[in-house]
Amino acid sequence: MKAHRRKRLGVILFVAAGLSVAIGLTLYALSQNIDLFYTPTQVAQGEVNAGQRIRIGGMVREGSVQSAADSLAVRFVATDYANDVPIYHEGILPDLFREGQGIVVEGSLDNAGVFRASRVLAKHDENYMSPEVKAALDAAGTAPEGAVTRPGT
Amino acid sequence: MIPELGSFSLILALCLSALLGGLPIAGAHFNNQVWISMARPLTAGVFVFLGLAISALAYAFITDDFSVSFVAQHSNTLLPMRYKFTAVWGGHEGSFLLWTFMLAGWMLSVGIFSKSMPEEFVARVLGVLGILIFGYILFMLATSNPFDRIVPLPPADGADLNSALQDIGFILHPPTLYMGYVGFSVVFAFAIAALLSGRMDAAWARWSRPWANVAWAILTVGIALGSWWAYYELGWGGWWAWDPVENPPMITWLLGTALIHSLAVTEKRGMFKSWTVLLAILAFSGSLLGTFITRSGLLTSVHAFASDPSRGFFILGILGISIGGSLLLFALRAPLMKGSFGFEYNSREFFLLVNNVILVVSAASIFLGTLFPMVYQAVTDDLISIGPPYFNTIFVPLMMLLFLFVGVGPLSRWKRTSWAYLAAQLSKVLFASLVIGLILPLIVLTKFSLAATVTLILASWIVFAIGKDISNKVSNKRSTFAGIKSLSFSYYGMVLAHIGIAVMLVGAALTSFFSEERSVLLAPGESVELGGYLFTLEGSKRIEGPNYIGDEAELTVVNAGELLTVLYPQRRLYVASGTPSTEMAIDAGFFRDLFVTLGEGKGAGAWSMTLYVKPFVRWIWLGAILMAIGGTLAAGDKRYRRLRVRAARESGRGSETQTSTELQPA
Repeated sequence: MKAHRRKRLGVILFVAAGLSVAIGLTLYALSQNIDLFYTPTQVAQGEVNAGQRIRIGGMVREGSVQSAADSLAVRFVATDYANDVPIYHEGILPDLFREGQGIVVEGSLDNAGVFRASRVLAKHDENYMSPEVKAALDAAGTAPEGAVTRPGT
Repeated sequence: MIPELGSFSLILALCLSALLGGLPIAGAHFNNQVWISMARPLTAGVFVFLGLAISALAYAFITDDFSVSFVAQHSNTLLPMRYKFTAVWGGHEGSFLLWTFMLAGWMLSVGIFSKSMPEEFVARVLGVLGILIFGYILFMLATSNPFDRIVPLPPADGADLNSALQDIGFILHPPTLYMGYVGFSVVFAFAIAALLSGRMDAAWARWSRPWANVAWAILTVGIALGSWWAYYELGWGGWWAWDPVENPPMITWLLGTALIHSLAVTEKRGMFKSWTVLLAILAFSGSLLGTFITRSGLLTSVHAFASDPSRGFFILGILGISIGGSLLLFALRAPLMKGSFGFEYNSREFFLLVNNVILVVSAASIFLGTLFPMVYQAVTDDLISIGPPYFNTIFVPLMMLLFLFVGVGPLSRWKRTSWAYLAAQLSKVLFASLVIGLILPLIVLTKFSLAATVTLILASWIVFAIGKDISNKVSNKRSTFAGIKSLSFSYYGMVLAHIGIAVMLVGAALTSFFSEERSVLLAPGESVELGGYLFTLEGSKRIEGPNYIGDEAELTVVNAGELLTVLYPQRRLYVASGTPSTEMAIDAGFFRDLFVTLGEGKGAGAWSMTLYVKPFVRWIWLGAILMAIGGTLAAGDKRYRRLRVRAARESGRGSETQTSTELQPA
């Protein structure tokens, strides 16, 4: 094998080795960090184990928000208008958090069946409904007329 | 009437760009001088008519013409004038017009600053950009015309601009980001023109380099502005969230960074030719992907525009044709490029190759994480999301590896650097950075911190290695001053950009590890201590702005017994749209930011709020600014102009024209 051929092979091997390490790492990181998405109905039917990190999308049920007077704790109900999930969150809610508004919560269920949200997301554009919330309402057959959606859903 | 003129200008621009996409390229192919000479006038025409179109839209906003649907959706009579003007890019249609106009601006500058390049090459570059802009304008007219009217009954008043957008960040961030994004189309067009002509020599790299550097510098600023804006506007105290819409600019930036380094090898050593072309295509694809993700509404994100399916398919079409077409052309022409491997493992070429591999791998893993939820859903019908932990797990170690090489690269030499020389050069650098990294955190924090130590070692490694390189270069000159004067603009550009990397690294790492935050409920007169600062709520009052009402709290901050500052966080309700919005109060400093966001009022004047102390957060953006200045300096190097003239003279002799005729397909 000629010297420059050998060098080219060396470089190619080096790049290939780098790539495979990177791909391995990437797949590992991916498998560790996937947050599955559930609808309130799926949660109510017991598809989720306590402690498993998930996302839930739904609407904030009208009249369900109770915030503590002396702390940042807040309780509300996320619903797809077929089933409800009680949510507990400690922290400041996003600007657009309102009753009847679509939200996405991240966190896990505790043993009492209350969802402890580590993050509550509400969208900036009021007319824009996040695909997750839309999917949840579609699945429960309670999507409002004319909700903006994305292609393919 | 004016909006119809805008629409009409768009149609004229479409016609001109169709000619621009056809004639000059055909002219270059068949050697028709008249068609070749059409490139510049047609470009100017496209620019003028797009300029007229965007002015017409701005006029509709300023005159509150709510019969135009886009204006009615994004403006309001109460909106302050500066936001009326900038609401032009406050939604999908207008921002796409701005995007297209910016491409026309880049095209015009290519037309102006290309006098020293061969005419047929310029014709091809402008022709390729003409095809691209034709696609954009067609998309606009077909699916998202900003001049569409509401007939027969226009609303009396507009729906108002999204409250989160009523901010200086919105005035600056989108235009800068677009400008940088679109700039990579120019580098792409250079690459495609080179493929078309078959002349893949160093001259091509030399011509593209300044354009790539400028586009990269502007993109750097654009991303940094977005990060800064998100930091103070969205109110979660973060500066980067790996949001699906933040990722494509990052992917483009990483590929662009790889590209400007690879172009250096192609220019100086005539190597990595096909790789450089491929990177130019990929960086451009990254910018298109960004548009696609934002405008198709395929991913959940704070940026997502409400969208309709036809747009997504159209953009996918543009994406497929331009990326597929250019990759096909690449596959056909790449074998014609003869590369050589005349370098050793300890050469600068090799270190730059390492830089490229790491950058491309980082870009690819971000790409994977961004699109994975979409693919996963298509396959399994389950919705998932990939959170920041994924991106951090991949990105942080890769960058740390890259930073090691950022130190080595500038000290190495082309072709071969002896290991002994490298070791001699770097041992002192290593020793100095170890000392700084181990001692400095101990003095400041009075305890050992692994995060601070690693960060400081890496940052000082980069900075000291550059310092060593400068002192090497200066030491063999007559005086230090003469030495410093003798170094080129592009060298100083590199120095600044690499120092920028170190500064950003310090900012990003220290903020991530040492920020403190606390959510509290404070009644008037109550205090809370955080990070050595005592925050006291003095009270709150009602406020009224031009188009909003709200509350403003007053907090005093005391540090070591002295009143440091008074902060006034607000909570606003925008009247026209009924949207609430929080306005952070920030006390910015070189070494730390104090940051307060107001939550809800809980009665009796008590407020929930989140307090943050964020050390070194400004360094992130300072680093980006240094990088951008570095990129601009490098682009302004005298030698490009000199070399361009020389290249033009060479090609005038006909040696390269001959090559290009040889490669014409029979």
